Amino acid sequence: MAIVELKQITRTYRTGSVAVDALRGIDLMINEGVFASIMGASGSGKSTLMNILGCLDQPTGGSYHLDGEDVSTFNKNKLANIRNRTIGFVFQSFHLLPRTTALENVELPLLYSDDNLSWKEIHNRAMHALEIVGLADRAKHNPNELSGGQQQRVAIARALVTKPKILLADEPTGNLDSRTSLEIIDIFQELNKQGLTIFMVTHESDIARFSERIVTLRDGLIISDKKVVPIQAKTALANWKEQEAIELENEVTL
Amino acid sequence: MKVSAVPYVALKALRRNKMRTILTMLGIVIGVAAVITMVGLGQGASSEVQEQVNRLGQNVVLVFPGARQLGGVSIGGGSANTLTIDDARALREEIPEVIAASPEVRSQTLIVYGNRNYHTRVYGQSHDYLQIRQWPIESGRMYTEEEVERTALVAVVGQTIVEEVFEGADPIGEMIRVRGVPLQVIGVLSRKGMSLMGSVQDDIVIVPYTTAFQRISGRSHAMVINIQVYDEHSMEIAQAKITDLLRERHRLAPYQENDFTVQTQEDVAQAATETSRIMTWLLASIAGVSLFVGGIGIMNVMLVSVTERTREVGLRLAVGAKSPDVLLQFLIEAVVLCLLGGIGGIALGVIATEVIATYAGWPALFSTEAMIVAVGVSAAVGVFFGFYPAWKASRLDPIEALRTE
Repeated sequence: MAIVELKQITRTYRTGSVAVDALRGIDLMINEGVFASIMGASGSGKSTLMNILGCLDQPTGGSYHLDGEDVSTFNKNKLANIRNRTIGFVFQSFHLLPRTTALENVELPLLYSDDNLSWKEIHNRAMHALEIVGLADRAKHNPNELSGGQQQRVAIARALVTKPKILLADEPTGNLDSRTSLEIIDIFQELNKQGLTIFMVTHESDIARFSERIVTLRDGLIISDKKVVPIQAKTALANWKEQEAIELENEVTL
Repeated sequence: MKVSAVPYVALKALRRNKMRTILTMLGIVIGVAAVITMVGLGQGASSEVQEQVNRLGQNVVLVFPGARQLGGVSIGGGSANTLTIDDARALREEIPEVIAASPEVRSQTLIVYGNRNYHTRVYGQSHDYLQIRQWPIESGRMYTEEEVERTALVAVVGQTIVEEVFEGADPIGEMIRVRGVPLQVIGVLSRKGMSLMGSVQDDIVIVPYTTAFQRISGRSHAMVINIQVYDEHSMEIAQAKITDLLRERHRLAPYQENDFTVQTQEDVAQAATETSRIMTWLLASIAGVSLFVGGIGIMNVMLVSVTERTREVGLRLAVGAKSPDVLLQFLIEAVVLCLLGGIGGIALGVIATEVIATYAGWPALFSTEAMIVAVGVSAAVGVFFGFYPAWKASRLDPIEALRTE
């Protein structure tokens, strides 16, 4: 079943008399439970597409069905509810609130939920989300006391806490070293196995190789859309040590 | 959004920036403290004036002799010899509203007791003078009307005299000499304190006016007639009747001006109260300016804070906050800042007032109204100056906001 269905999506930015077409007619269907990557160079329109997918922006033309609803007609309030309930965001620079514990950071989306949860429920759910990413023991730590990878895991927990249908990750490994990147991708793959639909924007093709579908954009149009057999992050992590050793050896011979 | 989450989010944000919160609050603290202190001291001064006016006596009317004219130039009110003892008697007997009237004559003179002497004021008054002034006798008795009639050589003394002349011993029955006239002390007055003009009222010797006029001062006219009117409501009519009667007795033609002045204690009080009221307002408005400046400080900090926290706002919007949620958060932050500042200001104001009151020897009065108004004003300042930054924050575009570094 298609959870995301884009039909002839266009997005034009106007600054004065100059109009820039960021998206020039995107058709895309993604089924539930798919781990997809969106690739493209800067200016290809991938960020714009991500913003539209994340209901942060509205398309200029075309229709966007998310989980069966035509969100391209929704007003600001309804969009806020969709962002809260149906979508989880993970950003390149984590966007955790400073001087706020991991747990409180994860609780944040629940505070804006219309479900009117009890404080206890909010607390328990946030704790559970932290357990999923393996950071329950860091619940009381502030972001500045956590490593980059741990911060991104807190951000993932925050994205998961409202039990969203899809997870949108915008360059989630952009600020992380290779090994930590793999750990984050591993979490994504685990979540995907449990049925979560994941969209990941990236410009690194070796990161995109971990997803099962790679959509490539150029100049506001989809130029390729292929299904691939994803590499397993677990295997890559297991082989990590050797790879490191090989690199070191190479340096010695040089 | 969960209702209890709104204040929670706002308070969390304030706690995240303790230093900024405290510094911002300081402006309001100082503003409110200034208002509380100024109003407290001002009202204290007013109430002191009021109390002094009350000490003057109840329903008192004072009749002063008119200004003496010297070649068409007034040489000062109260200097003319126009009020006689008979005037006083007539006022008491002919006007039903007047229940007591005492012709007063003062002498600055030396009193002698044994080998001690002391410079004081000797007042000639009628037997009902203490009733007019609401001044109770502490020990002994006041002289009677009969003693006034027969020019008795008796005196009632104030507390200062007891301390200075008798060194605290019981003076009743003792003889003092005033300008060679021996007077027997028959009563001691209770302590009265300072007058409106700041003189010590207890530094006094009161004798029958007959004795004062004939034996001590050598004057024939009253310096002032102290009158007590039956009750508050009769004050106006009594004043009119007093004026009419005195004009008639002084045979003044309709075109002639009064050769006396009728004043009530309210007239005296009004001038004094007006002064202290103006001072209170002046001080309060200066304090109000500082409260206003404090409010602008809040707006300034909130605006900077919105810019600084653009990413935070962007994130909140991305995870599902709606514009009103963000607006409310920033508004509550501003109001809480102001309210806490207001409470801190009250505490500081109360302390400052106490300190100033103690050191300057002024009375201070704390009015709950001033405190409620101060806190109300600071909350209003919060809403007023917090609204624009809050509105700005709520209008942020999440995409732009998230992209800010």
